This record gives sequence, C-alpha cells and structure tokens, in this order.
Amino acid sequence: MDNLHLATPEIFMLFASCAVLVVDLFLKPGQRHMTYWLTQGSLLITLLLTYGQVGDTAGTAFSGAYTVDGMSAVLKSWILLIAIGGFVYTRDYIKDREIANGEYYVLGLFGVMGMMIMTSSNNLLTIYLGLELLALSLYAMVALYRSNADASEAAMKYFVLGALASGMLLYGMSMVYGSTGSLDLATISQALTTSDAGSTGARFGLTFIIVGLAFKLGAVPFHMWVPDVYDGAPTSVTLYISTAPKIAAFAMIIRLLVDGLEVLSSDWTLMFAILAALSLVVGNLLAIAQQNIKRMLAYSTISHVGFLLLGMVAANPEGYSASMFYAITYAFTTLAAFGVLLVLSRNGEEAVMLDDLSGLFRRNALAATVMMVALISLAGVPPLVGFYAKLSVLKAVISAGYVWLAVIAVIMSVVGAFYYLRAIKMMFFDDPVDSSEVPARMDVNATLAVNGLAVVVLGIFPGWIMAVCVRAFAG
Amino acid sequence: MKFIYTLIPLCPLFAAIAAGLFGKRLGRVMSHRVTIGGVAMSFLLSLIAFQQVVLSGNTFNESIYTWMVSGGIRFEVGFLVDRLTVLMMLVVTFVSLMVHIYTIGYMHDDDGYQRFFSYISLFTFSMLMLVMSNNFMQLFFGWEAVGTVSYLLIGFWYKRDTAIFANMKAFLVNRVGDFGFILGIAAVVMYTGSLDYEEVFVKAQPLIGQTMSIMGGFEWSVLTVICICLFIGAMGKSAQMPLHVWLPDSMEGPTPISALIHAATMVTAGIFMVARMSPLFELSETALSFILVIGALTAFLMGLIGIVQHDIKRVVAYSTLSQLGYMTVALGASAYSAAIFHLMTHAFFKALLFLAAGSVIIALHHEQDMRKMGGLRKYLPITYWTSLIGSLALIGFPGLSGFFSKDLIIEAVHESTLPGATLAYWAVLAGVFVTAFYSFRMFFLVFHGKSRMDEHTEEHCHEPPNVVTWPLIALAVPSVIIGFMTMGPIVFGQYFEGVIFVDDSHNVIERVREHTTGAMSMLSHVPGSKAFYLAMAGVFFAWFFYLVKPEWPAKIQSKLGFLHRILDKKYGFDEFNQTVFAAGSVGIGAGLWRFGDQGVIDGAVVNGSAQGIGKLAGLARLSQSGYLFHYAFAMIIGLLVMMSIFLFI
Repeated sequence: MDNLHLATPEIFMLFASCAVLVVDLFLKPGQRHMTYWLTQGSLLITLLLTYGQVGDTAGTAFSGAYTVDGMSAVLKSWILLIAIGGFVYTRDYIKDREIANGEYYVLGLFGVMGMMIMTSSNNLLTIYLGLELLALSLYAMVALYRSNADASEAAMKYFVLGALASGMLLYGMSMVYGSTGSLDLATISQALTTSDAGSTGARFGLTFIIVGLAFKLGAVPFHMWVPDVYDGAPTSVTLYISTAPKIAAFAMIIRLLVDGLEVLSSDWTLMFAILAALSLVVGNLLAIAQQNIKRMLAYSTISHVGFLLLGMVAANPEGYSASMFYAITYAFTTLAAFGVLLVLSRNGEEAVMLDDLSGLFRRNALAATVMMVALISLAGVPPLVGFYAKLSVLKAVISAGYVWLAVIAVIMSVVGAFYYLRAIKMMFFDDPVDSSEVPARMDVNATLAVNGLAVVVLGIFPGWIMAVCVRAFAG
Repeated sequence: MKFIYTLIPLCPLFAAIAAGLFGKRLGRVMSHRVTIGGVAMSFLLSLIAFQQVVLSGNTFNESIYTWMVSGGIRFEVGFLVDRLTVLMMLVVTFVSLMVHIYTIGYMHDDDGYQRFFSYISLFTFSMLMLVMSNNFMQLFFGWEAVGTVSYLLIGFWYKRDTAIFANMKAFLVNRVGDFGFILGIAAVVMYTGSLDYEEVFVKAQPLIGQTMSIMGGFEWSVLTVICICLFIGAMGKSAQMPLHVWLPDSMEGPTPISALIHAATMVTAGIFMVARMSPLFELSETALSFILVIGALTAFLMGLIGIVQHDIKRVVAYSTLSQLGYMTVALGASAYSAAIFHLMTHAFFKALLFLAAGSVIIALHHEQDMRKMGGLRKYLPITYWTSLIGSLALIGFPGLSGFFSKDLIIEAVHESTLPGATLAYWAVLAGVFVTAFYSFRMFFLVFHGKSRMDEHTEEHCHEPPNVVTWPLIALAVPSVIIGFMTMGPIVFGQYFEGVIFVDDSHNVIERVREHTTGAMSMLSHVPGSKAFYLAMAGVFFAWFFYLVKPEWPAKIQSKLGFLHRILDKKYGFDEFNQTVFAAGSVGIGAGLWRFGDQGVIDGAVVNGSAQGIGKLAGLARLSQSGYLFHYAFAMIIGLLVMMSIFLFI
C-alpha cells in the first residue's frame, strides 16, 4: 500500500461522514444544527487537505487505481467549495420542510465522496465505484421528501433510468476489458495503441460507455430524466444535482475517454459532436416553452452540457481545458441561480413558476441582482464569466475545424438569451404577485454576494481559473 | 512601483463604488469624505510617480494583467508611466481634487449629492485609465468610460428636458467620433498586429509608402488613413469642428462638471491621444495638415461665437472650444510639447474660470444670464480677483501662464511649413483679439458697470462658502505661475525626450528655439509681439463697448444684423444637424420601420421564426411525456443510432 497519503482527503471524508452519521443518531431534534456544522466542518477540512495537493503533488495509490494529478486536485477543490456553498443555501429549506435532516447531510457527504473518487480514479472499477456512490446517494436524496408525490415519482424515474444507464456503462466497460485485458486506464491506453487499435470490441464498448456518460451529463437523447427530476425533486436536491456532479461527470469523461480511450478519439468526437448539437438545439428550444423555472433551468442545463461537450469534440488539450473551465464556471453560476430560488422558497412556499420571480428586485434586491448576474452569465454576455467560457469553447471547436457546430452553438445561444432575459425582465420590471419582502439569513446573503461577485470578477479576470485549467492538460 | 501605479486609478474607483452603491447608508458627509479621500490619495501617489519618473528617470511600462489572447493579439491591462503620463496624472488628479472640494458647496442642496460624488470619482478613475494606458484596448476603454460618465453627468438633472436633449446630443456626436476612433484602432491592429503602443510604433515605420484602396480606385497611404481615423476620434472628444456641437450644450450639467470634464480634462483626451501617438502622426504630413486646418478653424470661428452669448457658462464653453482649437493647431504643426503645455496651463485657468462662473451662479441663486448681472465686484471680492487672474491668463497677459503657452503656439505655427500653416497662423493670431474681447466682455458685464439684478437677488448676494472659494484660490496660483515655472523644461528642455517624437523636417520648436530660449526671453519679446497688442486691443474694445458706451453694441447689432444672426445661429451647425441628420435619420428610420421592419423583419423573420420556434418547442415538448417507458425507449433508440453510426460510417 504505497502512497496512501495521496488519498488523505477521501480517507478523512469517509471517517468524517461515518462520524456525522453516528453523531446524528444521538442528537435530539433540537440539536440538529450540530449535524449541519459538523458537515460543513468536514467539507472544509477536506477542502483544505485537497487544496494542499493543488500544484506539484502527483502520483498514484492503491496499485494505480487511484491518482492525483493537476486536474484532480483542482476539480475536487471546486466540488467541495460548491458543496459547502450549496449546504449554506439549503439549510433552512430542508429544516422548514422537515426533510429527514441528518440523512440529508450524510447522503450529501457520501455523494461528494463519490464525486471525489470519480475525479481521482484511474481504473474502470474505481470509476464505477465512485459513480455508483454518487448515484445511489442522489436517488435517495430525491426520494427523501417522502410526503411529496412528485418527489417520489421523480426518484422512481431517476432510479430506473439510472440503473439502465449504469448497466450500459458497465456493459461497455466489460467489453473494453474483454478486448484489452485490463481495468487500468493507462494499460488500456497502451494496449489499444500497440495492438489492433480499431478492435471492434473496444469500439462497441466505447459506444455503451458514451451512452452511460451522456446519461449522467444529461445530453440529448439521454436527457429525459433531467427535467422530470429537476422539477420533482426538492429544490435543495435539484441544486445539489445540477452543480458539483457536472464537474465530476466532466472528470469522468476525461478519465475514461482521454486517459483510457484517446486512441479512439476519432470515434468519440463524432458521437460527441452529434450529442452536443442535439443538446444545444433541444435544450434551448424546450427551455423557451417552460413556465416552470426549475424545468427551464433543467433544459438550460441540457444546452450547457452541449457547450461542455463542444470542447471535448476538439479532442486536444485546448479543448479539454476550455471544457474544464466551462464545467467549473457553469457549476458555480448555477449554484447562485438555485441559491436564489431557495431563498424564495420560504415558509412552505415553493418558488417554481416563472411568475414567482416577478418583481423580485423590489422584494429582495440582493437576490434579484445575483439572479440577474447568474442568468446573464449563463446567456453568455460579456464581461461575465459565462461569456469567456463560451468563447474559449467556441475557439477550441473552431480551431479543430468544426465550424458548423460553432454556428449551431452561437445561433442557439441567441435563442437561449430569450428565456434568460425574460426572467430578468420579470424580476426587474414586472409587478410582484406577492409583494412581501423576502428576508434571508446573514450567511446566505453573504454567500450569495460572494457567489454573484465571483461570476463578475472571474469574468473580468478569467485568467485565474483558465491558467489552472490549461496547466491541468499541459504535458 | 507596480502596486502604487495600480493604486492610483483604483482609489477613485473604490471611492466611486462606495459612494455609488452605499451612498445612502454612508450619508452625505461620509460620501464626500470617501471620494475626496480617494482622489487625494491618487494625487499624492501621482506625486510619488512624478518623483520616480521625472526626478529619478524610471519610466514604467508593464502590463498588469492579460485579459485574453486571441488570434495572437494580446488584450491587456497595462500602464505606461512616462513624463507625458505623469504630467497628465498630476493635472487630472489636482483639478479633480479641487472640483471635488468645490462640489461640497455647489451641490449642497441637491438630492443627488452622493450620486454626483460617485460619478466624478468614477470619471477620475476612467481618465486615469485612459492616460496611463500602454495599449490601444485600454485607451479605448478609458475613452468610452469617460464618455459614459460625461453622458451621465450632462444629464445629471435628468428631469430637465434640455439636459436630456444635451446628453443625447453629446452621446450621438461622440458616437461619430468614436466610430472613427475604433476604425483607426482596427486599422492599427490590421497592419501591425498589435495593440501595444511600443510595438505599434516600431512596426509603423515599415508602413511608410504602403497604400490601401478604399472604395474602389483611390489609393490611400495606410498611415494617413490610420492617423485621420484616430484624429476623428479626437475631434469628437476634444470637440473640434464639425463635431464640436455637443460641448456648448453640455453646459446643462452642473458647473463643477463643466470645469472638470468639459474644460480641464476629458476634452483634452483627444489632444493627449494625438501627442501620445506622435510617432504615428509624424509619419503622415497629410494628416498633420488636416489637423492644422481643423484646429485653426475651430480656434477662430468658435471664439467669434463667444462674443454673442449671454449665458455666462456658454461664453466660457465657446472659449474652451477655441482654446482646444489652439492645442489642435499646435499638434498639427508638430509642436506637441507646446500643445501639452497649453493643455496644462489651460486646465488650470479654465477650471478656475468655470468654478468662478459657478461661484457667481451660486451667489445669484442659479441665474446664468449675464444681462441680469453687473457690478458684482463689491459682493464677490474673491471671485472677482480670481476671475481677473483667470481672464488675464486666458488672453495671454505677459507673465501669466496662458501667455507662455499661447504665444508659443503662435510662434510655432509661424515656423511651420506644412500646407495650411499660413491660414492657421492668421487664424490663431486673429483669435487672440477675439479671445481678449469676449473674455473681458464677460468680465465687465458680470463684475463692473451698473447692477442689473432684481432687488431680491441683490439682497441675498454674498460670497459663497469657503469650500467654494478655496479651490478658486488654489487654482489661481498655478494659473499665474505654472507657465513661467515649467516652460523652460517642458518645451525648451529635455522633458519630453524619448516620449514625443518629431520628425526633423517639421521640428518647429527647434526653429522657435533659435530666437527664443526660455520664459525670460519670451517676456523680453513682448514689446515687439503682435499677439500682445491684439490682446490689449481686445480688452480695450471690450472696455469701450461695455463700460464706456454700453448702448453701442445694440446699435451695431442692428446695423450688422446679418453677421449677428450667423453668429447667433452658430453658423447653422445645429440646424443643419437637426434637419439633415436627426430629421433625416428619423425619416429613413420611419420608412425602414414601416417597410423593412414591420413588413419583412417583424412579419417574416422575427415573428415568423419566433412562431416557428414556438411551434417547434411545442412539438418537441410532446416527447417529454412523463412516461418512464418512453424515456427508456428513447435511450435505447439513441444507443442504436449511435451504434449504427459507427458501424456503417
């Protein structure tokens, strides 16, 4: 067991999660806030441990099944940071609705651990392990709100379809194993290069793997679960699903397709090109037709997945780093948008319809401003961070020769701008349906402000993250 | 030093954010303390920069942050702090500081107090970004940012229709200039592939003789096109004919703004920019001639209009136009150092004149018509004396700062051999008489003669508070001495060596140096100077017409009604713009709207595509049926399609 210290963050996370689970058992109902603080504390310490690895630390552990490199530490830090912010936003929401408190946090922690394992895995089995750890936590989190029929239905759909997708992914992995004789990604890569690269078995496996990945990301035509789950799940869980797991899914793509199957890149770029184009078109068009804001954001996610895949289509370090930038910035921008929705969903009311946003500026100026910044950034307007993310992805895809894809992406961004701007117009210019003020806790306000500011500041200084993303794929 | 230079523009920015976003919470007093503190800090740090650059000789040229690299062109934020920059920084921060303090008194009763402080601090930030830039992108940022703030401030009293009209006008006219400017920058990027000043200047040398064809057969020198485009930008910002029309109207803004933005700093951005680009402009004599002629026309014709104005601020505004014309003439004659020198002296005495006019306006409860003033000398002694100093400096009375800079420009133009130089020489010389006449016409009408105020105003007329008078005194000091003190080093010394480039074939300053060596020798030439006698004649006629025979101007006006009407209508620029451009474009717009927009675009393209997309969305929505087996089915179909794609392709 060499280099175990590399896995310190995950190991700590495991112990901490179990500790939270056990401590929660002995807490009286009035002491539930202890669980919250323990959760945040564990995440924070894990974040510090992970952040310590950013930079030079690199190596493998567990006989090569686990790896730390330039990409993993950065992505894990962001995952943890976003999880911390997400829990700040969700705290009051789940308390109000009495969604089983302790379990929610513990499942959240296990999900984060799953994402970390996905990000750091170097072996087909580890990837699958991390993925299922995350997926099972998510199924349970969606189902936690038992008194709500929509949530139960969403959980059922998510579970069945997720199982189908996992089955396909596992089937694909088994075919890759069959044709290369290894589970280790580096060995697979070597085997494919040296031997018969075009082996039909491996390519068959690749297709199944891509279906699995596309499902996890929510790319068209494997996106059907996204709107139903986003809509049916409690908003706190929607926030959780739509943010950090996207970063983890990106990491999984890199691990599987770049670290393992890069030899087959001519095959998977074509598939990604199709998935990206479909996602861009379907996501943006359907978002327009939505009156429900959670569904609208669900379709918006699908269209952003299309953008994320564009960078992968380029299949070169420039494209990968552009996609990485996109995944990170998308995650924390969406975090802000859902954070505002959670602020609105107070006192048992749910902010689900677009009308609930009307006149928000007069009810809570900070929330409205943060929402505006987030939506404009998602629409890709300079100087916000979403503009730079789109620009760098488009640059990568154009220099790789896929001009038609870039044209679709740009046209669809224009279509997309419509529904973002409509929401902004409602917040600032329409009269509120319910004109009562929407108060928020101090820590939520502070997090919202920092989150909104990050969208602005990182848009003006994109170099701070971009440099890290470029370094992750250099050499 | 990098840190200090970064801090110089950031201090006012943070102050502006604080006063702008948290103004209500900070309250009036804290807001002005914060913004004045920010600008004072900038001024002090600029002094450190002066010490570093001028006294220790450490020019700074570094990029602070790379925004992005696209197609081999770097978009950066960077500072070039050399002797030219430092001079501008000192002028901007000093005048801005004075105006900040003065504003406490001037805006005392205004509801938009905090908003005003936030804007002027934001302006200081933008202007500093503009002058400190080391590349074209940041220059353009600063250029647009000062334009935006100017727009906001002209329309500061947004409930007045005239203010809204004026800021709309300023906005539109500046669009024309900025369009030329960005074309110029685009041409620079196209032919040199860089935005960085240093690189562009090096790469411009091989462009000599290269031509480009615009609109078919005509071949143009690339450098001439670049320089003229850039100068069109300067014409908009520095209000040169025919893009000057916005500046007189900008007087709708509060007076401190007229002093800071529309006299001392922002309008000189164009002058600064041309001086900064001297290595480019020196390569195109055509562009220089163009600049010379435009400047000369502005200097003379705009001064004439000043004679017939009744609004005290408008007289000073036309005077500003005319003085900007002088600076432009100097640029055209390649006397860049003289232009910058005049820019500096003008900043002080013109800010002084504006603030003095503002002081009069406060004392008379916001009355601006000179026909309702007169005899104010005994009520406003400090304003009186400082105005006198400002006016004398403006007309170029020997020894005061304006004398050195203006006479130098006249001398320099006299030496120039470029086409148009003769016209320019006579225009600026005649301009001296005009300047003296309108300045003292205003001075006598306001401070001397019989009082024409109504009783109520006269009773309450008194010197405004200290925050108003102190900046007047603080500006009067440099208006007197700055010319004498700095002329030697700036113009005749080595101050601008390595910063401003002048081609030997039109180095007029070198030729002036043959017979004039410095401030003292300039003073000794006074008895033989045409300009001096013209200025004195101007003062004399003003005295004669407005104090000795006050009934004469009206008689002359009725005799020469035709001339008066031309001047009164400001040569018809406004009417022309409004009937041809404004009404014309509204007409074209209406036509296009009816046929093109409503018919084709709205009908077919927008509504058509919107409806199409709406229908498509409705159809696609059907696929989201909510049934689990439909979803699973779609996934399997997707898998099959992807399989077949790679099996059969």
